[in-house]
Amino acid sequence: MKLTSLLASAAMALGLATGAVAEDKTKVGFVYVGPVGDGGWTYEHNKGRLAVEEQFGDKVETVYVESVPEGPDAERVMTQMALEGADLIFTTSFGYMDPTINVAKKFPKVKFEHATGYKTAPNVSVYSARFYEGRAVQGHIAGNMTKSNIIGYIGSYPIPEVIRGINSAFIHARKVNPDVQFKIVWAYTWFDPAKEADAAKVLIEQGADVILQHTDSTAPQAAAQAAGNVVTFGQASDMSEYAPFPRVSSIIDDWAPYYIARTQAVMDGTWETANTWHGIGEGMVAIGEISDAVPADVKAEALALKAALGDGSYHAFTGPLKKQDGSDWLADGETADDGTLAGMNFYVEGLEGDIPQ
Amino acid sequence: MDLSAINPVLLIASLMVAATPILLAAIGELVVEKAGVLNLGVEGMMIVGAIAGFAITVESGSPFFGFIAAAVAGAILSLLFVVLTQVAQANQVASGLALTLFGLGLSALMGQGYVGIKPPATPKLDIPVLSDLPVVGPILFSHDLVLYLGIALTAAVWAALKYTRMGLILRAVGENHDAAHALGYKVVRIRTLAIMFGGACAGLGGAYISLIRVPQWTEGMTAGVGWIALALVVFASWKPWRALLGAYLFGGVTVVQLNLQAAGVAIPVEYLAMSPYLITILVLVILSADKSSAPAALGRNFHASR
Repeated sequence: MKLTSLLASAAMALGLATGAVAEDKTKVGFVYVGPVGDGGWTYEHNKGRLAVEEQFGDKVETVYVESVPEGPDAERVMTQMALEGADLIFTTSFGYMDPTINVAKKFPKVKFEHATGYKTAPNVSVYSARFYEGRAVQGHIAGNMTKSNIIGYIGSYPIPEVIRGINSAFIHARKVNPDVQFKIVWAYTWFDPAKEADAAKVLIEQGADVILQHTDSTAPQAAAQAAGNVVTFGQASDMSEYAPFPRVSSIIDDWAPYYIARTQAVMDGTWETANTWHGIGEGMVAIGEISDAVPADVKAEALALKAALGDGSYHAFTGPLKKQDGSDWLADGETADDGTLAGMNFYVEGLEGDIPQ
Repeated sequence: MDLSAINPVLLIASLMVAATPILLAAIGELVVEKAGVLNLGVEGMMIVGAIAGFAITVESGSPFFGFIAAAVAGAILSLLFVVLTQVAQANQVASGLALTLFGLGLSALMGQGYVGIKPPATPKLDIPVLSDLPVVGPILFSHDLVLYLGIALTAAVWAALKYTRMGLILRAVGENHDAAHALGYKVVRIRTLAIMFGGACAGLGGAYISLIRVPQWTEGMTAGVGWIALALVVFASWKPWRALLGAYLFGGVTVVQLNLQAAGVAIPVEYLAMSPYLITILVLVILSADKSSAPAALGRNFHASR
């Protein structure tokens, strides 16, 4: 009898103690579309998570689930996180948009942050980076580097974010090289090394000597390295293990400052729904080191372009620009508004092929 | 649309690479089924081979050891199937499915530390004059050795099944295990060896994906190739050369559809993506319309007392 009561009180004390600790901590959840070791998109989000842990130490607890398919499974994972007491959940892929909204409705006290989407709610914010600014720099280098005038582009899904990237890269490649052509393959995946490698090989076989990718793995880099004379760019992360060649530069996403700021807001109780879209200027998009495989004058021009995009003196979509069908889009000197960019569903003039529906 | 951008020589060369994992797995499974055993665990053995080969190659720096490790790993995993079906007399379909699920889980566990790592390159055949020949060079003389091994294995299995005493015994066990047993052949021992051969081949096929075709490790990277190999064996009417044809057809359409997409052909991507499955099955169903049929004892367990 004595023993059992002792045990019971001990258990109660323990329960109270752990309960008290959990009360103090802000729990932040992350839902990833790929594995944290993908070397690209998810790797950078995870770096942001680690930065949150480092910043707040004991005051925060982070949890993550990797390789979550976009769809019903994502909803299950988010629900589980919310049930386990997460205060703030970052869902880091476009395809989590509707699942995030659905789960957010069921947990009005939990804050949600959805990356690259456009649907908000009282407890759902969206955030994204202006990757297209980085694409402009890539396009500039790519247009200069290609000898065959064929640039291969591995698209993931035909969504506005990816189409913006294609248009931005194409506009700036054409500016320095009027003969340049884009060949686009849609992989219909964010992360599938086998498919990405196949797509890269096919593009190389069809004469592309520059490959741009909007998928997350380093498989296209490996394919380019095997081919020997093909230029690539790191996507989402630096992918510097393939530098200085084939990887000549990269777009790096830096989510850490944003994640820290939003976690702080939840702690302070000042969190509000927001629609954040930051670019090179705010530091959310960085350009990885341009390697020596790029001629010095091209590198200087690329850095100047980056600086102009950063301080706002130049917009990546500046007129005169026409749509693919020849109709006018932007007049001379006019720049695209964020609304059009956010829903971009057309190619600019000069690109071939149709956007899959 | 610009079809002239598609280079037929490079196309054939890359379809051979795309087809090799399927071919290796299918040839192994063909021998297993010829011995009267239905092992649905091909996908599981492939993925375990993929990570075992990848890990050993990264650790030792030698793709040669990697491929050997992959074959050994596939064979070891298949021993589990042997224990279940040959010793414990469990249902083969259920055991095979369990093997696939187990293999997928085990490989994810083994691969924890290997995501995003770059493996050492596997050397390619480079014969000074032959590899530089136009057309013939890229198609026939500039691949990695495992690709040739796949073709050699097809020929060897075909010859062994058709002309050797060993092949005759294997087929006898697969057609009527009671009669084979009455003649004094060790049915369980022969089947065990056949299953291990199938496991080794599947392991090699998996390692081919993680070391040559991609080359990288990710969870579930075999992405259903093992199931395609299983279907191929059936549709190829248990004939090695037809399995080769089916594998090349599947690999070919996979590569062609990407080429068509890159060339800007106005066919919706979804149709292109499903075309390899449709076309391969269609052609092999038409081919299998002859009177050849499955080994009579396929999927039936054997016990000496019955």
